[in-house]
Order: sequence, then C-alpha cells, then structure tokens
Amino acid sequence: MDRRTFLEILVGSTAGAGAGFMLTPVNWKLMDDVTIWTQEVWPDFFAGIPERGEVTHANSVCNLCPGGCGITVRKVADRATKIEGRRGYPVNDGGICILGAAGLQLLYGPWRVPSPLRRVGKPGSGKFEKISWEEAISEVVRKLSVLRRKGKAHTVASILGSDRGTVPNLFARFLKAYGSPNFICTTSAEDTSELALKLMQGGKASAGYDLERANFILSFGSGLIEGWGSPVRVIKAHSLWRSGNLRKRATVVQIEPRLSNTAAKADNWYPVNPGTEAALALGLAHVIIRESLYNIYFIRNHTSGFEDWTDSAGNTHMGFKRLVLTEYTPDAVSRTTGIAAKKIVKLARAFARARRPLAVWGRGKGSVSGSLYECMAVHALNALVGNINKPGGVSVRPEIATHTWPRVYQDATALAGFSRSRIDGANTNRYPLTKYLPDRWPQIISRKEAGTIQALFVHDADPYYTTLDTSAVAKAFEQIPFVVSFSSYLDETAFHSDLILPNHHYLERWEDLPTPIGLQKPMLSLLRPVVSPQFDTRHVGDVLMTIARSLGGAVANAFPWRNYKALLKETMGDKWSTMKKTGYVEEADYQPPIWKDAFATRSRRFEFYTTALKRAGMKRNKDLDYLPHYEPITPEGDSETYPLTLIPYELIRLADGAIGNPPFCTKAVEMTELKGNDIFVEINPKTAGDYGLAKGRYAMLETPKGKAKVLVHLSEGIMPGLIGMPKGLGHAGYDGYLAGKGVNVNSLMGVVEDPISGLCATWGIQAKLTSV
Amino acid sequence: MSTTEEKEQTAGEQGGEHGPEEATHEPVKPGAWRFLIPIVAFGAGFVSLLVLGWVIFPHLLYGEKQQPVDFSHVVHQEAVDEGCESCHFFREDGSFSGIPKLENCVQCHEEPMGESSEEAKFIAEYVEPGKEIPWHVYARQPQCAFFSHAAHVKMAELECAKCHGPVGDSDHARPYQYNRLTKYSRDIWGWNIAGFKKKTADRMKMDDCAECHEESKGHKDACFVCHK
Repeated sequence: MDRRTFLEILVGSTAGAGAGFMLTPVNWKLMDDVTIWTQEVWPDFFAGIPERGEVTHANSVCNLCPGGCGITVRKVADRATKIEGRRGYPVNDGGICILGAAGLQLLYGPWRVPSPLRRVGKPGSGKFEKISWEEAISEVVRKLSVLRRKGKAHTVASILGSDRGTVPNLFARFLKAYGSPNFICTTSAEDTSELALKLMQGGKASAGYDLERANFILSFGSGLIEGWGSPVRVIKAHSLWRSGNLRKRATVVQIEPRLSNTAAKADNWYPVNPGTEAALALGLAHVIIRESLYNIYFIRNHTSGFEDWTDSAGNTHMGFKRLVLTEYTPDAVSRTTGIAAKKIVKLARAFARARRPLAVWGRGKGSVSGSLYECMAVHALNALVGNINKPGGVSVRPEIATHTWPRVYQDATALAGFSRSRIDGANTNRYPLTKYLPDRWPQIISRKEAGTIQALFVHDADPYYTTLDTSAVAKAFEQIPFVVSFSSYLDETAFHSDLILPNHHYLERWEDLPTPIGLQKPMLSLLRPVVSPQFDTRHVGDVLMTIARSLGGAVANAFPWRNYKALLKETMGDKWSTMKKTGYVEEADYQPPIWKDAFATRSRRFEFYTTALKRAGMKRNKDLDYLPHYEPITPEGDSETYPLTLIPYELIRLADGAIGNPPFCTKAVEMTELKGNDIFVEINPKTAGDYGLAKGRYAMLETPKGKAKVLVHLSEGIMPGLIGMPKGLGHAGYDGYLAGKGVNVNSLMGVVEDPISGLCATWGIQAKLTSV
Repeated sequence: MSTTEEKEQTAGEQGGEHGPEEATHEPVKPGAWRFLIPIVAFGAGFVSLLVLGWVIFPHLLYGEKQQPVDFSHVVHQEAVDEGCESCHFFREDGSFSGIPKLENCVQCHEEPMGESSEEAKFIAEYVEPGKEIPWHVYARQPQCAFFSHAAHVKMAELECAKCHGPVGDSDHARPYQYNRLTKYSRDIWGWNIAGFKKKTADRMKMDDCAECHEESKGHKDACFVCHK
C-alpha cells in the first residue's frame, strides 16, 4: 500500500465513521445517560444514595424540650425521612416546631457519639479513643467501687435534665443505693412556678394553663410564640387568640423591655424596666384592690392573708391588701417600672374586667428559674381575678400515678453517704424548699477545696454550656477527676468528659415522658424506637443497671429488673398496653378540684401570706418576707464601669438548652442575630449615640464575667441602656455546623440567686459596649 | 514506505500533471478505480459505525436479567375474582400497592396450586422462607420523580396500559434490561435505541409525561409537580 492509499483509507474511513456515528443514536443516548449518571449514580460514590423501601409512618413523642409533642415519622425502609406533628395528638394536633422538625439532623448528624469513648488527650482536648462497652462499664465500676470502699460514696453526683420519669428515677435510685445525696437536676422557671404553687396553694403539683379558653392574656415577659411552655400548643393557642376563639379576639398584653416577636404581635406592649415586673404586677394588684375589681367571693371565702390577721399568739400580721395598698401605688410603681401611672390603672382595669383573664409568668422560654416573689406576685393577680382552677385560668395538675418501685435497701455505706449534706446546698436550712440548685455547685467546687466531687454523671443535660458563668463551670470540671457523660451527641459536657457512654438517640429508644409543661390534663406518653440504633449505643437505663449489678451487694439488689424495657413495662402497669397501642394515656376527663377542695395549705385556702414558708424554717421575721413583694434582683457589676445592662433573649429558631441547634434552625436565624460567625447585639439608637457605636460595626462587649467581640444592630424595639443578645449560639461542641457560631451569652452572665429559693434568678448583668 | 514507492508515487503525480501518455510506461497503472479508495473507506467506516451504533451499542449499554420467577398474567387473570385490582390495588391511604407483597401471593399460594416448576420454585425459595420476591421493576422511575397512581388512575382515569402497555396479556415475564450506566430500566428510554416510539407505552421519560400533560391539561406543568 502506498502512502496515498493509506491516507485515503485513513481519512476516508474516519470521515465515514464520523458521518456514520452522527447517524447513530449513540451520542444522543450517551449524553442523556451521562447526565443521569452524574445525578443518580455518581453521588453514590461520595455520599451514598438511600435505598428504596416501603414507606411507613411511626408515631412517637419528641423530647427535645419539655413540650412533649406527638410526632409522626415518615420512613423509607428503616430510614427516617421526615418528622411531622402527630395529627390528633392532645398537645400539638399535627403541629411541629422548627427544632422538632429538624430532629432527623440530630439523629443522622456527624455529632453523634458512635460508641463508648475514653478520653486520651488532656482534659478538654477532645481526643477520645473508641472502647468496648464491657471496658467502659468496667472502668466506671472500678472507679465507683474504689470510692465506695474509701467511704467517699457521697462524692459521686449526677446532673440530669429532669427528675420525672423512669430514667431520672433510676439515677436517683442508683445514687440512693450507692450512697450519695447528690442527685442534681437542671432547673427552669417551672421549678419556681411549682414552688410558688406549693407555697400559695399547697401540695406538689405543676401549673396547667387553660390558654385556649383565656381571653385576656397578661404575659410577664413570657415568649408566647418564642418557645414558652409547650411551644406548638402555645403558638396554636396564640393563633386562636388572634383569630378569635370565643366570640371576640382575645387581648394579649406583653410586658417586656424588648420588642420580641410576642410583643410585636401583642395588642399592647409595655416596655418595663427589666427586673421590675413584680412591682408592676403588684401595682396592677393595687388598682384591682383599690377599685374592688377583684373576685370578692373567692377572696373572702377561699383565701387567707389578704386582710391583716392575728395569729394564735395574738400577734397581728400584715395582709396582702395593706401591703399592696400602701407600697404599690401607681405613682410609686411608675417610678420603679418606667410605665406611666395612667397606663397601669388602665391595664389593671382591662385585666380585671376581662371575662377570662390569665396572667402568665416565666421569661422567654422559661429557661431561667427566676425570682420566686415575682412569680408569686403574678400568681396573686390570678387569685385576685379568681381564675384558679377555672376555665381559661390556671389550675393545678398532678401527674398520672405509676407503679411504685420496691423500697431501696441501703447498706451501712449507703446510709452514711446518703445522710451527708448535698453539695449544692439544696434542701438545707438555708434553702429548705428547693430540690436542686444546679447553678451553685460550680462555684462551690471551683472555690473550695478540691475533691468535693470525685465522680460526676451527666445525662440529658449540658451543664458545661447551659450553666451561667461558663468559666466557673470549666474550673469546676477541672476539679472533678472523673466525668461520665451519657449523651448521644458530642456536646460541650461530653467533650469535657473522661468517658462517654452514649445513650440511644430519642428516635431509637423506649422511655416514658411525663405530662408536657403547662398542660391542664395529666398525660403519660411513650417514646419508642422509630429506627434501629444507628451506632454502637446502649439505653442509659440498661447501662445504669449493668453498672449497679457489677457493683454487687445492696446496690445490685436495688435493681431486680431484667432490663430497662421490663422495668418500664412494670412501672407503667395497666397503662402499658394502651401506651404501646396509642402512644400515650391521658386523663381526658380530669377536672381540677373546686375551690372548696382545691387548696392543700394548712388553712385550706389560697395563701397570700404563705405560712408554709414560715414553717419551712426560713430565718426571717418580717411579714413582708412571706408576702409576694418586689425585691429587686440586682444584676452583677457596678454601674460605673459597666453602665449598660445585658439581657439575653430567646428565639424559637435557636435551641438554647441541652440540645445544640441543628443546622436547619441555624439557617433560619436572622441576619440581625448572626452574620457568618459573628453575633449581633441589639441596642437602641440612643444607646448607640451615647456610646459612639454604629450600625453593623464591631464592638467589644464586656461584663464582669467576660468579654466578646460582637456586631451592633440598632433597633427602636429595645429600651435605651439595654443590650439584647440571643441565647443559644456560641457552641464549642458538636461540629463545624454549630461550633464557633456567635458567642454563648451564658459565658458573659453570672448567677444571681433568688433570696428564698436559691435558684438562679439572673435576668441580666451590667455591661459595657465599646466600639473597636 | 520504500524509496521505490515514493518514486512511483511521485511519477504518478507527475503523470497527473503531464498527461496520461507519459504514465503508460509505469508497471502499476493507477486505474480509473483509484477514486473508489476513499469512497470505499468512507463507506466501510460509515457502515461499521452504523452497525456499531444501532446493533452492537444497545448490547453493550444494556445488561439483561431474568425475573426471579416467571409469571403469567394470563393465568392469574383467569384465576382471580377482581381482575387487576386483586393484586394491584389502592391502599386505604390512597397509595398504590404496585408490585404486590408476598403476603398477597401467599393468600393463594401457601401450597402449590398447579404443576408448574416455576411455581414450585417460587414456593420453595420465597413462600416457605417468607422472603419477598426481588422483582425487577420495568417501570421504576428515578427517586427524584414523584408519581401518584391515584392522581392518574383515579382522577385522570387513565388506563394502566396507557403507560405500562398490555402487561395483563403477557404469558411470561419478559427479561428485564437495565442501563449499565444509569441503572435505569430499559423501559424508561424505551426499547428503540433511538428513542422513537409508536405508542404512549413505548417510553416513560419526562418528555413523555410532559407530552401527555400538555395534551390533557394544555400545559406541560411546573417542575415541582413531579420534582418535589
């Protein structure tokens, strides 16, 4: 073949092939297929494409907040794909909040603890190694056995998110059998509210609010649409108020120093000087009493301590009426609260004349315990209008009784340890009425001698993040040689633990849940596995029982159950089958007792003058101490150095408790709250003018507890002199989606204790803001 | 290439320039057929690529699998009371059962009902161990497409055969072919490799959905109607 032929053949056949190819469907078909390949098959190399499967729905309960909503999880095979509100559920009837809907990110997110972990690096370095469950449990058992043998059983403590339900009770039982009084739970406004009810109405019960039927809602800073109470239920009630659940729309009045969403949607907003809410409540009481607008029948027949009274020894005591009429005139209250006297009179009249008025209390979401007297003052308003246990009012709500466990037999070591006084000082002469003081122990440990707590168990709580004055908590953690976290997530506390024994995630486990916060009717609901455990985790109840069994002796004997599920089934007793079938039991026909039988106080009446407080052994002599009154909770810091006041605020889009904010929620945070990794503080333009601060510029925020670089957002919706800062940012744990975003406002705050309960009553702290 | 050949080629070219008379001395005479070389080459390339594209390519692109068990719609149609709905029914929540579950089969096939070896295999391999039959689904759409049988069958009152063809008349389960690249069933693109169709059931691509939507509704519908 010559060159020419070769070239002719080469060029000819190539051209022919090209032309032929263009007349085949190969190119068009492959172009389409490659597109599909990049979309359908290619991603599988990197992330994996979920397998197909049958679509099913499983019901359970959300336990991300005390709201206790019913949820329906859509599943494809064993993969949960969506969380929706459960239709027909008594609490939320199909509704769901942003956090509840984002629960799947918590389940499948990279922050899950995959297996038991042991710290290998320095404390807080976050370096862990995977260990087996047997190894992990034997390490705990070894440490606990040594402590017990050395007579240091009382130096073991636990911090939990709640004391209700079988799991918290297992912890309490464990510590009792082991020999430690230090069962500590984190507290919230609910604890103060329960205490106020106990003092004024007697007995142990929680407050239930008949929000749906109320037609005048007087909110003392409660974030009604920002996650207060059971969030979905309250938001639904809010819609009813706005659209008119009765014949007319309900009136909503918000008393709060900052224009929150709740305030913005209210009929009236009263920007009150922060921390003076109790004075305003008593000012309203003054007008109601002076103008005889109160429920005379209720006050006369079912209350005590309203009028001046004489005790059995013949001493005359001041009643609520005299206190309020002399001390809380509209003019005096106006000076304290900054609300004009005329407005106070008008508001008091509107409230008392409403058909179904209701005063609610608990700042923001109610995450801070708050002032006891303030709570009592607000509750006194409810008593004045006679809405206790009435439709549209506030009622007491007991819990559904469950099967009681056998008594714990304590051996000598347990008895010796258990009888020691608590590390947090709760239930002592100083604070006889308070169950737990979770904000006190960090200071106690960090400033006292080392070794007060030798081992700490943390479950369902993230004290390292949520406790105010974070640096004190960090110091306290350094003093504790052995911290065990049962968290499913790598939260801040888990990050600073020596051992993590991960619990099943809430969508993977069985557990009972008590009545959602604020509900009038007792309920008991069942958390059940929606998907099979994704990692090598174990139910905390089973782990605790295994530890107890390995410790042997009386500790082991206190746990006769085969496993947690057996215990749960036995505890639920005859309710188990219903709970398993429907997911909950409810006392739908529960009615709060009528006034005659409603009060378990010694006088069998509603007590304005709380004799229970007196009997509890408080060393206070003045009548004032036993009446709801305004006792300022002074924020830390001197106003010379720190002329402004920092107040944290809460948002429904930011989880600020033990659960870190999932990315879905963080995405929803506004540009005036978080920009990139920078947090905004909100100040009035007047404040900005006074201190030379400009919109969108950086500033240094400094409090006696710490400082942080922040961005400035100007808003007419906050009172001059105040700095608003969102709660729930500034995480260090979890992962890059959450960590490092903004500043944890808790790290800038300090604990100011309530004089009576000892609980954290902090509402703000003195601060200064300088431009940088 | 040798020097001689180069010479010859040069001579040939020169011959072209100086006229045919001078070239007659050459031993190899570039004949009149010479011009055919590129044409034949072109034709060979053309035809081989056509064969490759139309005949071989489909065999390379598509893999073939047999269904786990042979199935006769004809036999079953005769045996059941409620026609197609006996197995392909709407559930209470409105979702469509599509491929029936094993429990549906077991209602009749707990014991062999006939002599067929396929039925015996089906009972031994699936009914007794209680294992679902891993059918290959001819009409399976990608995950990104949302499709509701209720909307099409109940509301728009489409015949099953409009999209699925006369499946009910089949006496054997035909082989399942799948695209090796995309993992889709061959039925989606259609069995014609060029994508031509004669009737609506021949293809199940998005354009085919849109075509029908346009015909019946007057517009192709928005993306999110199917891509949720």
